[in-house]
Amino acid sequence: MSEHVEPASEHATEHPGYGTFIKVWLLLLILTGCLVGVSHLGQTYAVWGLLTLTPLKAGLVFYFFMHLKYEGPLFKVVVLVTLGTLLIFFALLFSDVAFH
Amino acid sequence: MSAEPTTKVTPSSLGPDSEGSPGASSVTQGSGHRDDYGSRLGMWLFLVTEMVLFGGLFIAYSYMRYRYPVEFHHGGGELNATLGVINTLVLLTSSLTVVLAIVAIQRSEKGRAMVFLGSTLVLGLTFLVIKSFEWGAKFHHGLYPNAPHLATLPPGEQVFFGLYFTMTGLHGLHVIAGLSVLSVMLWWVATDRIRQDRYIHLENSGLYWHLVDVIWIFLLPLFYLAA
Repeated sequence: MSEHVEPASEHATEHPGYGTFIKVWLLLLILTGCLVGVSHLGQTYAVWGLLTLTPLKAGLVFYFFMHLKYEGPLFKVVVLVTLGTLLIFFALLFSDVAFH
Repeated sequence: MSAEPTTKVTPSSLGPDSEGSPGASSVTQGSGHRDDYGSRLGMWLFLVTEMVLFGGLFIAYSYMRYRYPVEFHHGGGELNATLGVINTLVLLTSSLTVVLAIVAIQRSEKGRAMVFLGSTLVLGLTFLVIKSFEWGAKFHHGLYPNAPHLATLPPGEQVFFGLYFTMTGLHGLHVIAGLSVLSVMLWWVATDRIRQDRYIHLENSGLYWHLVDVIWIFLLPLFYLAA
């Protein structure tokens, strides 16, 4: 077992450290603060905050916390295809609603 | 200490070498076979089914909100935004502690990993306690599924609270499932079943917990803020 320890440690240096994730967490807290702030400015701002800041927060969690940044292209494609499918369903529903 | 056995027992759970070479994390140890890349891919495929499950509910919410804008505004006004925001901070922090636990395991810092995982469990339980207070207050005001008082409200508000209890309830069940799995992970870290050269289960459990966090990131503005 001991013979594997040293190379494993070398390998570990390739992984992102504590600092990266703590910075992302701070950014998420700031974005949450912004989201709460804009929601007090009125309905329009609240909706725009919802449409921009929320996907940004989710993207940060996906990209860093869920390690998508460090994965190969297949994982990114799987997620994007899923989100694209949901978007298509969303567009189909509202295109139907719009003509009623 | 040749390079060959080393590459076999240090599968890439992460890192640049996993990019573009999916087979790199496939490991054969003794009679067993391990494929961390395949394991993560399987977890992601499960997670996208969860995304579709909640995505359907989000689409339902969008349509109902479009149809009953005033009632949704009133319904949202009934919710406690402060508790919603506090719970967001709690879940975001619990997501951080999970990912830090993985970093700690990668560095063979078992004690730290256990502290981080333990913190995640405490934060997850805190989320549930706050949620139970919030739901309790709603119940106290006669707002719960199939309540007589709810039936007297306009249809749009009934739909709002129907979606509120369905979506936050389903999310709450996911929090309970995530906490159960992470408790096992803490046990496995303590008993060295999860360690520096073998932590795919912790990674996959972490992925699940982060998705639970992402869903809440969307629930906060939809129910508590944008109304």
